[in-house]
Amino acid sequence: MKTLTNDATSNSGTMKTLTTLFRNNIREYGMLIALIAVMVFFQFKTGGILFKPVNITNLVLQNSYVITMALGMLLIIVSGWIDLSVGSVVAMVGALASVLMVKLQVPWGVTVALCLLVGAAIGAFQGYWVAYLKIPAFIVTLAGMLVFRGLTFALLQGESIGPFPTGFQKISSGFIPDVFKYPGFHLTTLLIGIIFSVLLIFLDLRARRNQQKYGFEVTPFYFFIIKNIIITAAVMGLCYLMASYKGLPNVLVLLFVLIAGYAFITTQSVVGRRIYAMGGNEKAARLSGVNTPRLLFYTFVNMGVLAALAGLIVTARLNSATPNAGDGMELDVIAACFIGGASASGGIGTVIGAVVGAFMIGVLNNGMSIIGLGIDWQKVVKGVVLLLAVLFDVYNKNKNA
Amino acid sequence: MDEVILEMRNITKTFPGVKALDNVSFTVKQGEIHALVGENGAGKSTLMNVLSGVYPYGSYTGEIYFQGQECRFQDIHHSEELGLVIIHQELALVPFLSITENMFLGNEQAKNGVINWNEAVSRTKELLNRVGLHESPNTLITNMGVGQQQLVEIAKALAKKVKLLILDEPTASLNESDSEKLLQLLLQFKAHGISSILISHKLSEVKRVADSITILRDGATIETLDCRIDSITENRIIRGMVGRDLKHRFPPRDSKIGETIFEVRDWNVYHPIHEDRKVSNNVNIKVRKGEVVGLAGLMGAGRTELAMSIFGRAYGRRISGTAYRQGKEVDISTIDKAISNGIAYATEDRKAYGLVLIQEIKSNITLANLEAISDGGVINEPKELTVTREYRDKLSIRCSSIRQLAVNLSGGNQQKVVLSKWLFANPDILILDEPTRGIDVGAKYEIYTIINRLASEGKGIIFISSELPEILGICDRIYVMREGNIVGEMPASEASQEKVMEYIMTEEEVVEQ
Repeated sequence: MKTLTNDATSNSGTMKTLTTLFRNNIREYGMLIALIAVMVFFQFKTGGILFKPVNITNLVLQNSYVITMALGMLLIIVSGWIDLSVGSVVAMVGALASVLMVKLQVPWGVTVALCLLVGAAIGAFQGYWVAYLKIPAFIVTLAGMLVFRGLTFALLQGESIGPFPTGFQKISSGFIPDVFKYPGFHLTTLLIGIIFSVLLIFLDLRARRNQQKYGFEVTPFYFFIIKNIIITAAVMGLCYLMASYKGLPNVLVLLFVLIAGYAFITTQSVVGRRIYAMGGNEKAARLSGVNTPRLLFYTFVNMGVLAALAGLIVTARLNSATPNAGDGMELDVIAACFIGGASASGGIGTVIGAVVGAFMIGVLNNGMSIIGLGIDWQKVVKGVVLLLAVLFDVYNKNKNA
Repeated sequence: MDEVILEMRNITKTFPGVKALDNVSFTVKQGEIHALVGENGAGKSTLMNVLSGVYPYGSYTGEIYFQGQECRFQDIHHSEELGLVIIHQELALVPFLSITENMFLGNEQAKNGVINWNEAVSRTKELLNRVGLHESPNTLITNMGVGQQQLVEIAKALAKKVKLLILDEPTASLNESDSEKLLQLLLQFKAHGISSILISHKLSEVKRVADSITILRDGATIETLDCRIDSITENRIIRGMVGRDLKHRFPPRDSKIGETIFEVRDWNVYHPIHEDRKVSNNVNIKVRKGEVVGLAGLMGAGRTELAMSIFGRAYGRRISGTAYRQGKEVDISTIDKAISNGIAYATEDRKAYGLVLIQEIKSNITLANLEAISDGGVINEPKELTVTREYRDKLSIRCSSIRQLAVNLSGGNQQKVVLSKWLFANPDILILDEPTRGIDVGAKYEIYTIINRLASEGKGIIFISSELPEILGICDRIYVMREGNIVGEMPASEASQEKVMEYIMTEEEVVEQ
């Protein structure tokens, strides 16, 4: 049982590097490849509708709330718990917003702020039960699921409320303004795409330099180039499609900011590191000085705020609050995290994985709807995909062990 | 006596990339206690897994003969049917079931699927008697100590009509008196003709009970020593295990002891569940600069409880008492505060409490002091890498990379990661709870060396261990604990194994003197 003592093992053969690279990252790449495969499949099956600018825009809008909540849910799942109440929180926040704006004539900006605060309070309430009273989150949030759904009905008194001020609607249905005003094409969107691509390449290059500086093995340079070409092509392609419709939706900009923020928190920040440690071994983390109850509490507060945000986006998009809004949404959100490689026992999972998982569900929903598959079979397909993705995880883990 | 019960011939077992066993031959005679020793990773457990059918026939090469017949076990049930029972280091009992239920798990006393509880309970009683455990058969496993659980496992083996009993590190988590009981039981079995294979790191007990000793090193049989013919010394065994002479079991140290840097006074702790049970009773201890203070006692004497209650009240309720750091009273009421007041506690159970096993070595090392490698809440990864590599080199953690997951390290290296974590937190007082449990001779020596170095750097060390030779070997001063009380204190120069044991064992005797 000999072990190597150097970090950088020099390598032989390009193919070998590629294979090991793929094997080490099989989870991320596998999921991405599966997503692309599903997209290509539906592109053909729908006769090219899937990639139409208007549909891509729709796809983003439809999935924005799942992605928003998946970010919070990922942290909860990494902590080793679960939150079943988010679908009901979406509905309740929507109901609250509609009552405030329509019945009480509160300005929409104030409404948004109040709703996010209420989300934080809901998260704090549930977090307190889980973190300090040590009641399993499954039970607390199952109760929350019932309570908040019930409160939704009480607030709305069983009917739908709408419509809302335009400013509020713009959260979901608006697009960023075009400074160039070029007819038929949204130049600003393309410009943002270019800036974003350059930024991504710069960041990747810097990370690579850093790794080299500290003697870590890096992927071959040609691979680095190929990877960046693909990413740039994807970003620019998306921007081009958006630009030829109405430009970047406001929601997409919000999503990018959120995803980048949470990716940063989970990989680079002290708080993120502590959450992963807590999920990996709560006792060890606590004995290392991490205030685990408080950390778990704030993880739930965070989830509450994101669920409220998702509730606002949903309500703004539908332009009415309905008693059954967000019904079953928690399952899509949780499935997104697990499809994206999060571990049900905590400590493992990535933001990017959860986002890819959410897109997987989104593309399946969208594609199956377009080809006219019934809601019954849609659920069957989604269930099977979830099961297969987790099987893939377990299989890989066993093979490596 | 010389009839062979088990013969393993030319066993070779490879895992991807590693030859775990290389042409190993191993023979056990009828009615003997055969010890199997070797450093961690020498292949002891692999060999036993081949024997018991955990690795089925075909996944290894070589032959196994049990009672003269060639065996090709497909799984563990197969080997158990023939009377070959293995008891693993991690006990396989279901905590919330009773002794009886555990005893016949998978082997229920049933007719047509209906369990005959009367039969089961009466047989359990009989088996418990044979192992000398006086507990009601209805006791839940979770309410029993590790030593008693061990006995239940052995009774369970007897229920299976065991002919060859294999014990993997049975005394690793037992205190001296429970270990003694277990060894006596083995000797008793031997008298009844049951052979056993004993895997152990504790050479004193190997020497005491074994008839033969087989030494494995790097997956190969080095030698088999016959204790009935030659008298074998511990040093002789160690030489075989490490392939060289270890001049001293403990590295030499010259201690420079300064003023008192940490002290607790009138420390009282109550049990977290049984609220009126006191687990620490008016404890007063102090540690001086550069001093290694031993905390001796039986398992359950309250050493870990005391240590954890001092470390930010990580254990217990209604804790009272005062703590002083360099003469000034300090607040150590939370783990966070204890750490920032220079206290570190390295747990006895590194897997459950010490490490985040699914994370990288690097993240484990920095976990208790993330502030030192971050700016404004953002981790400075280059800094983290530099720091953790430094510790890898300083404590010679053997790993392929500091990005290796902690779960893939050997016990000794895992312990070094735990130590690195606490050294990086830069404490004045280090509480080390059983730091050498379950690790091999070579790694133990390294841990002792680290402890010496820390003491010479001026840190105060509280060293908890159930192995008396170790406490005597490396401590400057020794406290003895019994039932939550400090019952003795002595400089190491005046201590002997007998003297400490006397304090540990019987209150009456001490009083009588």
